[in-house]
Amino acid sequence: MKVLIVAEHLNGKLEDITFEMLGKAKELGTAEVALLGHNAKDMAAQLGKADTVIYMDSPELAQFNPDTYGKALKAIVEARQPDIVLIGNTSMGMDLAAALSVDMNMPLVAYAVDVAPDKVVSSLYGGKMNVESAVSTPFIASVLAGAFPADAGRGEGSPAIEEMAAPDLGGAKVRFKQLIEPEGGDVDITQQPILVSVGRGIQNEDNLPMAEELAGKLGGAVSASRPIIDNKWLPKTRQVGKSGLKVKPKLYLALGISGAPEHIEGMKDADLIIAVNTDPKAPIFDYAHYGTTVDLFDLVPALTSKL
Amino acid sequence: MNIIVLIKQVPDLVEELEIDSSGKDLDREWLKYKVNEFDDHALEEALLLKEDQGGSVIAMALDGQDVDKALYAAAAKGADRVVKVTGVGENPSNHQAAKAFANAISGMDYDLIFTGVQSVEDRDGQLPVLVAHYLGLPHVSVVSGVQVEGGKAVVHKEYGGGMMAELEVDLPAVLGIQAARETPRYVPVARVRRAMRGTELEEVSAGDVDASAGSEVARMFKPETGAGAEMLEGSAEEVADKIVGILKEKGIV
Ligand SMILES: Cc1cc2nc3c(=O)[nH]c(=O)nc-3n(C[C@H](O)[C@H](O)[C@H](O)COP(=O)(O)OP(=O)(O)OC[C@H]3O[C@@H](n4cnc5c(N)ncnc54)[C@H](O)[C@@H]3O)c2cc1C
Ligand SMILES: Nc1ncnc2c1ncn2[C@@H]1O[C@H](COP(=O)(O)O)[C@@H](O)[C@H]1O
Repeated sequence: MKVLIVAEHLNGKLEDITFEMLGKAKELGTAEVALLGHNAKDMAAQLGKADTVIYMDSPELAQFNPDTYGKALKAIVEARQPDIVLIGNTSMGMDLAAALSVDMNMPLVAYAVDVAPDKVVSSLYGGKMNVESAVSTPFIASVLAGAFPADAGRGEGSPAIEEMAAPDLGGAKVRFKQLIEPEGGDVDITQQPILVSVGRGIQNEDNLPMAEELAGKLGGAVSASRPIIDNKWLPKTRQVGKSGLKVKPKLYLALGISGAPEHIEGMKDADLIIAVNTDPKAPIFDYAHYGTTVDLFDLVPALTSKL
Repeated sequence: MNIIVLIKQVPDLVEELEIDSSGKDLDREWLKYKVNEFDDHALEEALLLKEDQGGSVIAMALDGQDVDKALYAAAAKGADRVVKVTGVGENPSNHQAAKAFANAISGMDYDLIFTGVQSVEDRDGQLPVLVAHYLGLPHVSVVSGVQVEGGKAVVHKEYGGGMMAELEVDLPAVLGIQAARETPRYVPVARVRRAMRGTELEEVSAGDVDASAGSEVARMFKPETGAGAEMLEGSAEEVADKIVGILKEKGIV
């Protein structure tokens, strides 16, 4: 089984998803890593677990670009003819996987949490259902972050590095302009020992002080799921999850958060997770150490008064 | 500037999800549907662009569960035209849905196509990129923030950790919208009813949908929850006491 994984990197750093997929690829067979970039060949040294690194260099690949990366990846897949292509179900991967599926007329299974030569399991419906797809090679799977351990993909070794010339990437219809770093916030939630994290269950902005008070009593800060940030009730710097920050506090108290995969990605490694959610089937309970279905509007005042 | 916004009805996850007798799909008989939340953002961003720069917004959906209602709601919010794509059948794969949209859109006059970034049931990949590829257009997904100037869009694509890339895209293009710059507007039911009377719901045939997911669903199952949480039972007071006990035991308070 020949597995090709697409390395993901940002700002010169390989993302965890690369190692997560590499570990899985090694389990399935031989692992080839497609590394696209510009003056980025050094990164191949970190891919010790790979059998081969296919390195493609071009100024047009210096930064992720759906257009140029799409064309480059197509050329690599055409040349290497892998049985399975693994791409992160990430912001970058979302622009690559479906495009490759159409370009190569290859089946694609998304949100993969398990991959075998004849089946892929996807986590759908906000993590509430798994769907197993019967597939046959060649196929593409886009892999959810955190589905496989990154450690399995890290390690010493000296993979063969094969340089492949980039196809013609001129005339791209998408052009990279700049990276925008997040603005520094009032509170760095990645450094807080205790996070009281609020989700859509908090209902409206006027209820936030309740969470602030509890966080104050506990000696921590308030963080939130994405909808709270999109509603502009809290700054982006308080967002936990895929497009927010990854946190690892001593205590993560989740109030009215369902536990969508994009949220879980940011907090599953917290030492102690306590989830408060009125829906007993909420996926957050799969990751929490302790849970309760008591209404947060009853629990939070009770808890605050006891501290 | 003309913007087409694709809208999808998805199961409301607040409801209990059950598996049907085939073991391969949700039991959809009692399922409640709602508009995909990212589509509300896509529509909002389109309406804001129209308000800034003129042009028109066309809301489009595949025929299916409650789509008429969703399209009339889009009209009530300010969409100029609402279009239903017919003849695809129930629960198409995303490859099929994308082909149907591409067929329906190909003869139309547009500058941008907006979709939601993803939905909760896109097993065979996200639709914006599929549509873009079937139409031969550039695409950017996971977009929050769109500016249009001189035949180009400048967009923000979100990465992890609050990092974003600014990309410039030639029009026409397809954008998968994650978040609009404003909270999506709300319309009261009375306005939707009025839109229902005053709006013509256009129908377009999906044509020949020669696309397939390339894989079959073998089974659907509830995720094995591993150890899962130890559930704390009792009244709010009792549960609060138990939590304080746990925090003390772990030396947190
Ligand atoms: C590309 C991409 C990136 C994303 N990045 C992120 C990210 O970084 N972070 C993130 O959080 N999300 C992210 N999301 C969004 C994610 O998919 C979910 O939509 C989001 O996490 C849901 O937030 P929530 O749990 O607060 O809301 P919901 O899913 O609506 O859950 C609310 C919960 O509150 C419970 N509840 C309601 N009332 C009460 C009450 N009175 N007491 C107790 N419980 C109550 C409900 O039972 C429900 O489970 C991303 C999505 C995409 C597509
Ligand atoms: N029937 C449909 N199937 C899939 N996607 C659709 C459909 N109708 C509209 N879309 C659009 O595609 C977006 C992404 O959905 P998905 O690809 O399913 O994650 C949705 O948010 C909609 O904007």
